[in-house]
Amino acid sequence: MTKRIPRLLAILTALAFVASACAGGGLPGGGGGGTIKVVSSLPMQGASLGQTQTMVNAFKMAFEEINYKVGNFTIEFEALDDATPARQNWDTAKEAENARKAVDDKRIVAYMGTYNSGAAAVSIPILCQANLAMISPANTYPGLTKKGAPGIEPSEPDKYYPGGCKRNYSRVVPADDLQGAVGARWMKELGVSGGVYILHDNELYGKGLADVFRAEAKNQNLKEVGYEGAPKADNFRTLANKVAASGADWVYYSGLTANNGGFLLRDLKAAKSSIKFMSVDGVAESEFITQAGAAAEGQYITFGGIPASAYTGKPKEWADKYKAKYGGNPEVYTIYSYETAKVVIAAIQKAGDKAADRATIRDLIMGTKDFEGVLGQKWSFNAEGDTTITTMAGMIIKNKDFIFSKELK
Amino acid sequence: MGSRPCVLSEVGGRAMQVVCPGGSGELIAAGLVIGLSNGALIALIAIGYTLVYGIIELINFSHGDLFMLGTFVALTVLAALGFDQNTSPTPWLALVAALVVAMIFCGILNVLAERIAYRRLRNAPRLAPLISAIGVSFIYINVGLFWRGPTPITFPDLLPNFDFVEAITGTQSLIRFNAKDAFVVGMAIPLMVALGWVIKNTKMGKAMRAVAQDREAALQMGVDVDRVISFTFLLGGLLAGAAALMHGLYNGNTVFTLGFTAGLKAFTAAVLGGIGNVTGAALGGVLLGLLGAMTVTCYGGEWENVGVFSLLVIILVFRPTGLLGEQTPERG
Repeated sequence: MTKRIPRLLAILTALAFVASACAGGGLPGGGGGGTIKVVSSLPMQGASLGQTQTMVNAFKMAFEEINYKVGNFTIEFEALDDATPARQNWDTAKEAENARKAVDDKRIVAYMGTYNSGAAAVSIPILCQANLAMISPANTYPGLTKKGAPGIEPSEPDKYYPGGCKRNYSRVVPADDLQGAVGARWMKELGVSGGVYILHDNELYGKGLADVFRAEAKNQNLKEVGYEGAPKADNFRTLANKVAASGADWVYYSGLTANNGGFLLRDLKAAKSSIKFMSVDGVAESEFITQAGAAAEGQYITFGGIPASAYTGKPKEWADKYKAKYGGNPEVYTIYSYETAKVVIAAIQKAGDKAADRATIRDLIMGTKDFEGVLGQKWSFNAEGDTTITTMAGMIIKNKDFIFSKELK
Repeated sequence: MGSRPCVLSEVGGRAMQVVCPGGSGELIAAGLVIGLSNGALIALIAIGYTLVYGIIELINFSHGDLFMLGTFVALTVLAALGFDQNTSPTPWLALVAALVVAMIFCGILNVLAERIAYRRLRNAPRLAPLISAIGVSFIYINVGLFWRGPTPITFPDLLPNFDFVEAITGTQSLIRFNAKDAFVVGMAIPLMVALGWVIKNTKMGKAMRAVAQDREAALQMGVDVDRVISFTFLLGGLLAGAAALMHGLYNGNTVFTLGFTAGLKAFTAAVLGGIGNVTGAALGGVLLGLLGAMTVTCYGGEWENVGVFSLLVIILVFRPTGLLGEQTPERG
């Protein structure tokens, strides 16, 4: 019995070798031409699926438009999933596995994602050391790129680029140091009397954003009556009571729909019907409104960029094309996903014969200048990989939809 | 009756100011009420763990997921009867139908699981049925995933929005005991009392106690052990089914991973009270609910699990067999 196990192991190992040899068969043959691959890593299960499915659609749409071909290169696209069935949300181990998979497959030249900033913190260092470009359509946590931004750790962002590896990470959405700050200023404009109770979901993204909001709220002399974590729970009634007793007339929640943000709003409204609620792009998806039910009406959401319902000009044309192709409406991050794929394609085009070289693609993506995609304005990446676009939208929920209210600065 | 919560909150408020920096008397009293409802739900699931453990020393890991499937069944029945949207007045008949169907479904499924996956392993080493139970748990989770998909599902809001405290005192306060709390507590207590009565007063209950004490001796006395064990699984399943509808109407949501967290909490409650001890499981559940609510009130939402599990550690250090003591088969 004891002897059988090593033998079985040996057979399995041999099989694994054969399998990996097969997978390695498609290596590009040195000079121009061959197959290169681009992957995305987003949570394809759980409450974010409504959003992420449209994002994958947008990636595919961009590649289909060029028939998956640039020059002599054929581009392959694969959508990886960084969520696990057990968590229904992104998972550290799964995201790390995706990143390592991408590093090991030498055909892969770009990694599009992640959806969650916490997940990006896991994969950036792995990809950075392999000179593999990573470009996100949705990460907004400032600490991933910005030195000295409010609410980040002193070791950030350097710890994501270990051993001084060359910056490989960029994002096409504005970061939260803008979102949190415009949220505080918008709230001041709308008027605060009793004070604001700040809640976050205890994750990197949620807490980071809450800290940015908190700092700007202080500058704006908004009265803070509470600051607390509200991690995922079946109901939030006790917490809602606390908020009601604090005398707050506003709640600022930075967190995710997947962490039951909508149910938090439901319970807050039940505890104090006059409470006003402002939240962030992490809940800017239709599932949030389903969770909160009637409590969602009239609440305030900030978002980096403009929602589909307020698109005009180029974004509108794009959204119409999307709708014609996929039926449903694009969600808030869909257009950024399309733009992300477009940036990657542009870099591959510019690289010419060197399109299979990871470092070349990385430098080209990071050096994106005056890019004209479908966002309706020219933009560039700065040295830290952040977009020069600073447009933020204030949305109000009306009739179960996110309605653009005003542009925030 | 009307002034009692106020007196309670005043006394409690002064005493607890020191240990509870975040809460006022009113908040603590309100938290206690919420904790009671949350705890009653946990207790009903915990009893399912403890019943089975008490009789065959198996931690039935699939129990939490059985509860999850129960929420899906309840929702399906409500939808089939046309109540998948918020409705008022409350469709009581539909609720009764959903309750009965969910209870029967969970009861029968639990019996079948025992018959198929555990009975043959009853005399195998104890690890074997445990692993079998984990297997059943995975099957349930994936059935749930296949059935309703991965996204959280919202339950219709069917219970009236009536607050008893407001009706009695005539003023609005944070201390609320609304129809939802009444529904949960008002159903959990009779169910637990009925269970206690069955175990104590019926012939089957006597047989259960006999099998729990010494299976072989019971067999020699002519007790049909297989039937008694099936009956135990049936009782656990019925309670899980009832808890399922209550969870759906009270929390308003379900998801196919619900069983994991609910099961973990319920199992903790069972251990806290003394595993195998039915009263202990009920007590453990309520205690867990109260403690969770108190931790949130006093120290903040991010500390809920820290508070709950710290207490578990402390209690198990000083009372390793739980609050009311284990009740497990005696060994020959």
